[in-house]
Amino acid sequence: MPGLLAPGSRVVRVRTASLVFLPRIAWLALAAVLLLLAAIAGHLMLAGHPVGLSQVAAVFLNDPAVPRAVRLTVLEFRLPRTIAGVVAGACLAVAGALTQTVARNPLATPEVLGVTAGASTGAVAVLVLAGAGHGGASGLAAAVGMPLAAALGALGTGAAVFMLTYRRSQQSFDSMRLVLVGLGASGLATSITTWLLTMGDVSNASQALTWMMGSLNGKDWGTVMPALLASLPLLLVAGACGRWLLLSAFDDDTARSLGLPLGRSRPLLLVLAVLLAAVGTVLAGPVAFVALLCPLAARFAARTVVPPLGLTALFGAAFVVLSDLVAGFLLPHSLPVGVFTTVLGAPVLIALVFRSQRRTS
Amino acid sequence: MTNTYGATTAAGTAHLSAHGLTLGFDGREVVPNIDVAFARGTVTSIIGPNGCGKSTLLRGLGRLLRPQKGHVLLEGSDVAAMQARAVAQRMSILPQTPHAPSGLTVGELVARGRHPRQRWYQQFSGSDESAIAAALEATDIAGLAATPLEDLSGGQRQRAWISMILAQETELMLLDEPTTYLDLAHQVDVLELVRGLNRDTGRTVVMVLHDISLAARYSDVIIAMRDGKIVAEGPPSDVVTAELLWDVFGLRAEVIREPVEGRPHVVPLGAGRAAVAQAAGLGGARA
Amino acid sequence: MSVNISAVRAPRAVKGPAAGLLLGVLVVAAALALSLAFGGRPTSFGELLHAIATPDGSVADIAIRELRWPRTLNALAVGACVGVAGCLAQGHTRNPIADPGLLGIYPGAALAIVAGSLLPGAAGTGTYAQAGFAFLGAVIACALVVTVGSASRHGATPLTLVLAGAAVSALAGGIVSLIVLSSDAALDTLRFWQLGSVAVRGGLLPQLLPFIVLGLVLAVANIGPLNALALGEDTARSLGVSVGRARIVGLAALAVLAAASVTLAGPLAFAGLLVPHAVRGLVGADYRWQIPGCALFGAALMLLADTAGRVIARPGELPVGVVLAVVGAPFFIYLARRRRLVSL
Repeated sequence: MPGLLAPGSRVVRVRTASLVFLPRIAWLALAAVLLLLAAIAGHLMLAGHPVGLSQVAAVFLNDPAVPRAVRLTVLEFRLPRTIAGVVAGACLAVAGALTQTVARNPLATPEVLGVTAGASTGAVAVLVLAGAGHGGASGLAAAVGMPLAAALGALGTGAAVFMLTYRRSQQSFDSMRLVLVGLGASGLATSITTWLLTMGDVSNASQALTWMMGSLNGKDWGTVMPALLASLPLLLVAGACGRWLLLSAFDDDTARSLGLPLGRSRPLLLVLAVLLAAVGTVLAGPVAFVALLCPLAARFAARTVVPPLGLTALFGAAFVVLSDLVAGFLLPHSLPVGVFTTVLGAPVLIALVFRSQRRTS
Repeated sequence: MTNTYGATTAAGTAHLSAHGLTLGFDGREVVPNIDVAFARGTVTSIIGPNGCGKSTLLRGLGRLLRPQKGHVLLEGSDVAAMQARAVAQRMSILPQTPHAPSGLTVGELVARGRHPRQRWYQQFSGSDESAIAAALEATDIAGLAATPLEDLSGGQRQRAWISMILAQETELMLLDEPTTYLDLAHQVDVLELVRGLNRDTGRTVVMVLHDISLAARYSDVIIAMRDGKIVAEGPPSDVVTAELLWDVFGLRAEVIREPVEGRPHVVPLGAGRAAVAQAAGLGGARA
Repeated sequence: MSVNISAVRAPRAVKGPAAGLLLGVLVVAAALALSLAFGGRPTSFGELLHAIATPDGSVADIAIRELRWPRTLNALAVGACVGVAGCLAQGHTRNPIADPGLLGIYPGAALAIVAGSLLPGAAGTGTYAQAGFAFLGAVIACALVVTVGSASRHGATPLTLVLAGAAVSALAGGIVSLIVLSSDAALDTLRFWQLGSVAVRGGLLPQLLPFIVLGLVLAVANIGPLNALALGEDTARSLGVSVGRARIVGLAALAVLAAASVTLAGPLAFAGLLVPHAVRGLVGADYRWQIPGCALFGAALMLLADTAGRVIARPGELPVGVVLAVVGAPFFIYLARRRRLVSL
């Protein structure tokens, strides 16, 4: 009987086990993986002085013929930046998919949970108050202090929004209340950031602004590795919660009546979203539009009701790495990745507006 | 399992029962301290004026609303202590104003009713498929399976939601105004369906209904509520009387016997309700 | 539990919406007096009276008449504009998280100001030039949002407007970042402007007064239709409201008021989000009370925040935007937490 599953689904049954499989998602995922690999290869080849593809391959095959300088360039400078793009993109996109679904609102990105604003306040505070001085933040403050402060800001704001929204009598979060409380917290954090920006000298402000736009500039393994290690379990747990997501898109009563333990599932999904957004933001700054657009794009492409998380993660990774490649190295002026995703994302959002209008009319 | 709550010996055999159940929102008590039991294999309708707490009671029974005090026992065990999924395998609930994500098709909606019986390695078994197909047939919307829910009329949409509840294949069904949006023929269809399920498979049904005559026609037990309290409970012929309608609804009406099964049928006596109600001190209280 | 109840009902302790408005008038009067009385240096009550009744050019007279008076009027006007604009934004979208920035006004103004600061010889950074740029940018952004939002077959709906606003805001914000990342001068202009302050551009009030009056008149004219629209577009139509015209009038009022406020004081969107929520708790959902209530309490909030900013950080001062956020955000969170959310 048609219509029982998402259009085009295939069911595989072996004994009592049965799996639903959507070939379209597999093809889309394959395409996204290929695009991502191409973007990574492009990044490793073109991020600065060009290195041939064969050279890059030789580096990874541990060919002794490769000059030390090239090896160093690829493995210590370009690879961490690429991986940072992959991790940040995947984390932000999945965080967006979780918040959009749980809040049942396509505009509810992790930003409304106050996470990104809190991270910005933390990072900017270190930049401005730790007296990074002229010539930009240097040494310990920049290398350890900023990511740490950003993480503290993100998690602190996220936790505050959580505790202020949670109602013990109902043992759950009201989505609208969450968004309102999050907006209040974001407003406060943003205003403090703005104020901090007026306190230091203008070069610090400029550096802070670059961070706030989202930038992958100068990422090294020391920053990327912890983020990578933190993101993997989070993404896996998110993937395991995928079936909850299907029910989370219903109203609370229906979701509960179908056996969704809302009292546990919603906090868990939101905690995951906060942690993922924090990892992504600490690593790359609040890169605009990744969390908003990638889940929507994955949903539209796969024609499913809730965004498929795996595909969303791949879309996010490919979007960020590709944007960073174009913004940082292919344009005449090197730009932070966030500027590019914003300028690219805004028209796409407008296009989505009209698409959704047509669909419902 | 032994029962630890006092005064429940009679309810020990009940399919679903509430004990000292107090429900409300934000510190306001809507339903204070209710005791009620629903016997296995019966159809019960809850009637009462708007705002009397009948939907709140149903939501409390269906653990959609956390009790401020008291317990709900499903087959003798406390619902609050059970796994959400285990409850959903035994009890289904049709909420009053359900909301589905946009773009969902009717078939997908009904398929969601199988969620409590699915696992990550059992995503769509043969019994899932046949249960969904049967549920779609039963509500006469099999032809609409591939249609997005947004494109349906109000009545079709209501039948799709009922279909989802049916696909859940639970022994106990709680329905909050299952006949809203339906024309009379489809109202009767739904109630006949409920009655048939009860008769053929012994399912227990608890529903909130507005039409008292239909409630009397299709229920074994009628519960009348006013101001959060149960004021009458029993077989339709005992409960649905002119006095009760006056007491509970402030409605002047005559109750006659309908010719088919001889059950009570309400004939409202038109004018004068507001004036009379005002005289009785009820007027405008629930504006 | 009883504590909880009193907290929930506290805003309704005032008897009726009229009493709510009266309270607003009193608070505004008190805030006005405070704003005149407090400044970088404290002023005695006698000095205040002296400056009002028999000014003779003393230091205190000049401080009050030349510095505090225009600034106070400015805060009053900006507060009223932001409050009413927030009310209109939330009313027309029926979205409790809408603020006056709905139509892309703040990033539009920011973009114009940043672009202006790139003009040769700092020609674009003067107070008047900045104000001109801000007003122009706000109006252009607003026009763009409405154009994009009404390009779909069904014309401008709240949803298309919100999304178009988000998109245009993002685009303008991206271009602003692009510019300030390459120019320290532009960044320096932006970082001070975007804090929001009622101190510096008070002298522009006379020029903007016609716009403010126009906006307020349009907002008042929009009250009836707004009350009908609160019941849904279909009901509004059946009540004889021309939905299209009501939207145009409301959006025009919103645009003019928000543009005027951003010109006079920079981006103070948060006040526009906060004030309607608080006022709804005080006077209820009827826009006949809400619109004047938002004007009064918006003005009072702005005056008090500005005065507090002058007093707390003596001898310097805290910009009003920071005070608003630091005081307003916890209050807003309290409202969101405690009260049953009034649905729109």
